[in-house]
Amino acid sequence: MAVNSTSLAVETSGLVKTFGKTRAVDGLDLAVPAGTVYGLLGPNGAGKTTAVRMLATLLRPDGGQARVFGHDLRTEADAVRTRVSLTGQFASVDEDLTGTENLVLLGRLLGYRRPVARERAAQLLAAFGLTEAADRQVKKYSGGMRRRIDIAASILNTPDLLFLDEPTTGLDPRSRNQVWEIIRAVVAQGTTVLLTTQYLDEADQLAGRIAVIDEGRVIAEGTPGQLKSSIGAGTVHLRLRDAAQRPEAERLLAKVLDTTVQPEADPVALTARVGGSGAAVDAAAAGSRALAELAGAGIVVDEFSLGQPSLDEVFLALTDKAAKAATGTEVAA
Amino acid sequence: MSTTTVAPESTAYTPSAESIAAVLAPGEKPRRPGPLSASLTFGWRAMLKIKHVPEQLFDVTMFPIIMTLMFTYLFGGALAGSPREYLQYLLPGIMVTSVVMITMYTGVGLNTDIEKGVFDRFRTLPVWRPAALVGMILGDLLRYVLAALVIMGVGLVLGFRPGGGVMGVAAGIGLLVVFSFAFSWIWTWFGLILRSEKSVMGVSMLVLFPLTFLSNVFVQPTTMPGWLQAFVDVNPITLLVAAVRSVMAGAPDAGAITWVLVASAVCLVVFGTLTMHRYNRK
Repeated sequence: MAVNSTSLAVETSGLVKTFGKTRAVDGLDLAVPAGTVYGLLGPNGAGKTTAVRMLATLLRPDGGQARVFGHDLRTEADAVRTRVSLTGQFASVDEDLTGTENLVLLGRLLGYRRPVARERAAQLLAAFGLTEAADRQVKKYSGGMRRRIDIAASILNTPDLLFLDEPTTGLDPRSRNQVWEIIRAVVAQGTTVLLTTQYLDEADQLAGRIAVIDEGRVIAEGTPGQLKSSIGAGTVHLRLRDAAQRPEAERLLAKVLDTTVQPEADPVALTARVGGSGAAVDAAAAGSRALAELAGAGIVVDEFSLGQPSLDEVFLALTDKAAKAATGTEVAA
Repeated sequence: MSTTTVAPESTAYTPSAESIAAVLAPGEKPRRPGPLSASLTFGWRAMLKIKHVPEQLFDVTMFPIIMTLMFTYLFGGALAGSPREYLQYLLPGIMVTSVVMITMYTGVGLNTDIEKGVFDRFRTLPVWRPAALVGMILGDLLRYVLAALVIMGVGLVLGFRPGGGVMGVAAGIGLLVVFSFAFSWIWTWFGLILRSEKSVMGVSMLVLFPLTFLSNVFVQPTTMPGWLQAFVDVNPITLLVAAVRSVMAGAPDAGAITWVLVASAVCLVVFGTLTMHRYNRK
């Protein structure tokens, strides 16, 4: 798995897939560096799943170019298949079979001899905490366990590129955290992960780079930090020692930061957005000015934090702009 | 950001980076399996499904028994003087009818299977593409053999006495299974082009009822009006029944047997190709 870190796992240009009159994927350009987690972020119907299904050789592109580890998707589909694995939105294991049977079946199909396939199945089930459920039919698994056996089945062939299509949709927070941990462990081994999600914090947590997709094309691309700073400077969060000083602090902050200040339910807490969308404001400088002003007025601050805007805000700002602008690509970071 | 998630309290399962690293350790990648090996592995999957859902054997056990009993006693007295007499004529035909009707479940099964997403995984594997379908039909062959044996068992109990003996019966079942294997590819194609399980059933019935009833299974075609005889004579089921009957009676009809083998090959090539074309595009 010695993948050159500068090489690209996925490279597409102008990729198109139409279903009847719908252009599900409409000129998609992607460059996914090998060895990273890359997030495709977008709402339902943005074309994420269609894009992933094309890259996993399940759908034929109708236009454009796509290469996976340098192999052309159309002419070298079999070569692509030896390098990739897909965990779809719906269980891609056989629900009538047990966990062990599913993994042994796939192991045999990948060419492992029966004893080796059995051993790998047991090893994978143990690594995914499914040893006790090994001999139970998958249809009797919980949602989190299903997802795990699904991912286990996907890494059986030690893929160089793993597609995860909305891996945590419908999972409870604990199962979601488990899946995140698994993804981190997988990528730490050098596997490239291409993840689609509609959860912004998931992309933020896992992905090194993110492409925001809307209506079948990329409307913004960059690191989570770049995307966030492209729409605004950040958010200031304060906790005061004395609740009685809050109205005064609120007035001062509003003046210094030139913005509206939001008192929170907590009687000593305040939140303020620094700089509007697109405004070139140095958030750190504004924050320290605000702190100095508060100290000068004798207001004791217990906690001060300056954070970036959440990806939710980024996403809404971007899709809103894309809807307004004739060409959405100018928003790209 | 304003909120941070607290690490979950001790859970039943905590992913360990080490154990996941161990399974991902770059070992020797195995050689990809050949077409036969891959097909047999898919056949094993079909066996496992029968093991877990044995009720699905209902249609290859109860259905054939009912067919045999029903028609033997319904028509026997009227058509051949006695059920036992009639059985000598009917049994090979009712066996063909039952097994050929069971082949439609291959299409129904594929249609439901492919909806479930597990085929997405199969189709991203670097194995011989038809293997998943060939394996599925190999599993179904077991069902065909089982149905044929059940009918033969009932027939023998009721008084069927084949002139060809054990070898003749085995050869007859063999011919039937070969034809059914090829015939199944019609249903895999329908299973892929039609949208729901119900529509696959509907179309299958529409094809199978005229094919099996307008044939020489139940009565001698010479008793039928000329226009119907014309259809019955070219009906593939008629020729298959003629071949199976002749083999079981111990007087093989070379012409009919050759026809069955050629028709099977043509059916396999045509519908196998159509199925794979569709399978690759789906």
